[in-house]
Amino acid sequence: MKRGRVGSWGLALGLGFLWVPVLLLVGFAFSADRIPFQWGGVSLRWFAALAANERLIEAAWLSIRIAAGAATLAMLIGGAAGFALARWGGFGGRVLLGGLIGAPLVLPEVVTGLSLLLTFVALEALTGWPEGRGALTVLLAHGTLGAAYVAVVVQARLAGGERVLEEAAMDLGAGPFTAFCTVTLPLMVPALAAGWLLAFTLSLDDLVVASFVSGPEGTTLPMVLFSALRLGLTPEVNALGAVILLLAGALVGLAMLLLRARRVEGQGEGG
Amino acid sequence: MADTLLEARGLTRRFGAALALDALDLAIRPGEFFALLGGSGSGKSTLLRLIAGLDAPDGGALFLDGRDITADPPWARPVHMMFQSYALFPHMSVAENVGYGLRRVGVARGEQARRIAEALALVKLDGLGARRPHHLSGGQRQRVALARSLVMRPRLLLLDEPLAALDAGLREQTGFELRALQRQTGAAFVMVTHDQEEALALADRIAVLEGGRLVQVGTPEEVYWRPATAFVARFLGAANIVEPATLPLKPQVAGAAAYALRPEYIRLTRIGGASDSDLRAIRPSDHRTLGHEETGPNRVMGVVREAAFRGDSTLFVVALEAGGALRVTVHADDPMPEMGERVALAWDPDDLAPLAA
Repeated sequence: MKRGRVGSWGLALGLGFLWVPVLLLVGFAFSADRIPFQWGGVSLRWFAALAANERLIEAAWLSIRIAAGAATLAMLIGGAAGFALARWGGFGGRVLLGGLIGAPLVLPEVVTGLSLLLTFVALEALTGWPEGRGALTVLLAHGTLGAAYVAVVVQARLAGGERVLEEAAMDLGAGPFTAFCTVTLPLMVPALAAGWLLAFTLSLDDLVVASFVSGPEGTTLPMVLFSALRLGLTPEVNALGAVILLLAGALVGLAMLLLRARRVEGQGEGG
Repeated sequence: MADTLLEARGLTRRFGAALALDALDLAIRPGEFFALLGGSGSGKSTLLRLIAGLDAPDGGALFLDGRDITADPPWARPVHMMFQSYALFPHMSVAENVGYGLRRVGVARGEQARRIAEALALVKLDGLGARRPHHLSGGQRQRVALARSLVMRPRLLLLDEPLAALDAGLREQTGFELRALQRQTGAAFVMVTHDQEEALALADRIAVLEGGRLVQVGTPEEVYWRPATAFVARFLGAANIVEPATLPLKPQVAGAAAYALRPEYIRLTRIGGASDSDLRAIRPSDHRTLGHEETGPNRVMGVVREAAFRGDSTLFVVALEAGGALRVTVHADDPMPEMGERVALAWDPDDLAPLAA
């Protein structure tokens, strides 16, 4: 009994620690006062101001496009890598690849950002591509980062009995490519979609890596916000935070739903 | 070759240093129900995968209707397999599962629908075509897997432990249905199993595998009553393996197939081709009489040491006065000996099966 109470206090404390600042931000987004952390009555004026702020809107739109492109890139690379890791148990360098593919998950972003910047600069010097730094380099950088996440998700989802299903397909007359397209790929879709959404949100809120590899034409939303912090914040930023929170929350929720639907189906399969 | 559908010649498969199949020769006839029986690691599943084309042999060849199919990929072989896990596609309906193979070979849509319905009716799943596999019971899934293979009208159907995943109550019934389907379709069924009762009940012929080799191929009666080796005798139900050390078997007349067993005589008949090796198998149910008469042919005396009730029969362990012990079963209708009672056991000489080492 006592233990249960301690547990629920702990839970409340933990949740509060995580979410009170976020809720504060959302609350102040509806404040009428000019100062971002001063309550001045309920108002939607900052949402209206946000809608009129072209610089922010433009940055947000760019961020979304970069995120979508990066997530797609990540899904293709990470999906292939995750499939290879899950399927071909014994290829040379498998352990090395398995370790390296996850490295971006633990590597400090500063290191990742710097190394990607060096790569892009060297690449341009050698081949002339990518020309300068900008949205494209941010997209490529985020794609590489996201690929690590997608690979991990896909590998975990493919650990089941897909191999025998492919064998069954081939036994019934499907060549390896047809078997992959008609059986394995449809089974990978939930993991790929979840991975895409993870990579999308990752790209959307990345500041560090983007700051390293971006250029004049590639100012993403987090970069605009961060520079706005130095110039002085307006409650518009709170409103923007609330909108992003809603968007990111929806995407993560969708990813979790997809993964859970897949798991339930897997259980129904009954081993 | 007319009566051979599938032939394996010198089929060999290694996994690292382990020899899963050791130069195996096998011939399967059209339309027969053939069981590959063996324990785990006997190579029976490896053999099935080689026939399906899901694995390639390290040596030897496979012939289907006299044609070498060793190098053919699985999708080009007119051989289909029912997987032990059934391997139903979870993202497709039952009808889509069954129609998968038909779509691959480009059967026209109307014809597809007709054959799917026919196959589902064959396995008594009419009307369940729209369900997803995970909404079916284990027995129904097994039928879907069966229909998915049978819809292709294979001449050879491979079944990997088809009854293993079913409840005990469902097994017997499903076994009879498998037999009926096999007769109905005229396809040859090759079933892998580790369950000797299943093999004895269903198969026309049984191949017993041990360590990647065929130990014996024959009808259920042959392998049961005339096991070729001690392994087969033990694997197909608990036979008594009689060794000369336990029973002092001695030739009464040199060269003749007769042995003396003090103080009475057990006569042994030679079974075609088999030499008078040292070991003999006697089924527990094979003793002809269990009485007290001490004199007579093929008779040994012993004392009842253990008894185990088995429903329609009781198993007794009789310690022989000549040394060793024999396990005998007595039918429930027959008089039962008491524990510690001195009894005489007698056999028909034909019931003593000589074993190769």
